[in-house]
Amino acid sequence: MNSILTIMKREFHSFFISPIAYIFLTLYLVLTNFLFFQGFFIAGEASMRNYFELLPWLFLLFLPAITMRSWAEERKNKTLELLLTWPVKDSEVVFGKFLASFMFLFIALLLSVTVPISVMLIGNPDEGIMLSSYIGALFLGGSYIAIGMAVSSFTENQIVAFIGTMVILLVGNLISHEAVLASVPATVASFLMSISLESHFTSIARGVLDSRDVIFYLSVIGLALFFNTQSLESRKWE
Amino acid sequence: MSEKMLEVTGLTKKFGSFTAVNNLSFTVNRGEVFGFLGPNGAGKSTSMRMITNFIPATSGDVKIDGISGAEYDLQMKKKIGYLPESTPLYSDMSVEEYLKFVGELRGLKGAILKRQMEEMIDVCSLTKMLKRPVGQLSKGYKQRVGLAQAMIHEPELLILDEPISGLDPNQIVEIRELIREMGRKKTVIYSSHILPEVAATCDRILIINNGELVTIGTPDEVTRQFTGKTTFLMKIAGNSSKMKSVFQAMNEVVSVQISDENSVANLKIECNSDETFGEQLFDTVVSNGWKIRELTHYVTTLEDVFTQLTGSK
Repeated sequence: MNSILTIMKREFHSFFISPIAYIFLTLYLVLTNFLFFQGFFIAGEASMRNYFELLPWLFLLFLPAITMRSWAEERKNKTLELLLTWPVKDSEVVFGKFLASFMFLFIALLLSVTVPISVMLIGNPDEGIMLSSYIGALFLGGSYIAIGMAVSSFTENQIVAFIGTMVILLVGNLISHEAVLASVPATVASFLMSISLESHFTSIARGVLDSRDVIFYLSVIGLALFFNTQSLESRKWE
Repeated sequence: MSEKMLEVTGLTKKFGSFTAVNNLSFTVNRGEVFGFLGPNGAGKSTSMRMITNFIPATSGDVKIDGISGAEYDLQMKKKIGYLPESTPLYSDMSVEEYLKFVGELRGLKGAILKRQMEEMIDVCSLTKMLKRPVGQLSKGYKQRVGLAQAMIHEPELLILDEPISGLDPNQIVEIRELIREMGRKKTVIYSSHILPEVAATCDRILIINNGELVTIGTPDEVTRQFTGKTTFLMKIAGNSSKMKSVFQAMNEVVSVQISDENSVANLKIECNSDETFGEQLFDTVVSNGWKIRELTHYVTTLEDVFTQLTGSK
């Protein structure tokens, strides 16, 4: 347990040593605010629906940039060898790293709180929907992070990790879109809907915090972290 | 507490059809400074990675203080301090942050962590560098941080992979001193491809080549094992053809090699005797009326042994 916290602290801290974290946060806030408020007054509706509709796509750009270095850098600099010969379990390291990135996501979302405050000052939005959308955003982002870390653990090239993660996430989002669903049989379509990263978020963002959606994201995170641990163990396979 | 700090039996590592380490067996006793010697690519790093259980062995067994890493990974890891070959450190952290991080992962906390950090900073002379990012340090300082990292939890066994490669002569002396210092209290295994280095610091050495053990013993033993005979080098002015028969007539002499150079004969004489035989050789030269230019007792160095063992195969 202590090891998880120690790893998490180091990873989280390392985000803020380089300028990457600040660039990331600034860019994220400017972009989301701009894209949201651009259409907000035209729509004339006191809700954050448009804001949350953007998130699966903005996260797709930003979160792989956060996770790409998690393992690729350790592999490249060979620090992994030292890390894994210290008395810590592989799973503890994986979990600590995940928590660090998740904390970062949490902070990014926390800083975007100016948006709901503005909306509340101007109109009379449904706070319940906004809150559940934020919770949904954490689940969605958490899954992206876990997947991004798993991809990063297979390579020592950060660019490969970044693009690989984007491709996987893109496919994970697109499979629930009209164009895809219309072209496949109904049974396949409902299956695709059930494994789409985006569709579960859309349903949470509607204000319904269904246990199925929560379980889906928790499973994705669990599975990705499991693969991540396995990929570290893979050095032991023949 | 076992007298044998490290026990390696039949250690083998295969990468596909390539055998990196083949059936390696040796023991390191508690308190020894043990040198792991071989040319680049001989299997030193692979062996160390198996000993630290970073990668598993294809077959064979490693026991550290009686504990097998394959079964009790975490307990075994607590007993060792390890410095991998390229000294991989987190370059974005400061020296102080890094040592604190490693100390915490090693399970140290509070006053003990503070004391151990201070001790390491003192032993490795890192006081001036505490706030510097590790990535900005010189190679020598990085090496010290690497050593501090390996020793912070007072491990019973220190495993250092090429700790002095890439350092300048002054730094080599400093790091060697540090290793010797550590060797007084702990068991140290360290690898190198520089022979005099290991011969000067180690109680015992192991020579490995192409993944196989070539020889093991004290530096003296290893040298003697491959010489056995005493060799003299001589330069004598005069007719070389007569010299050969004269020297070969002596009982102790095993072989005589002669080459002429500007009417001076270069002789290499191997004999079954000790270095006092030089006196007899001298007398022989004088009684034959030859003029001696040079008479040297040639000492076979570990360097020769090393080249002989690893180069010719």
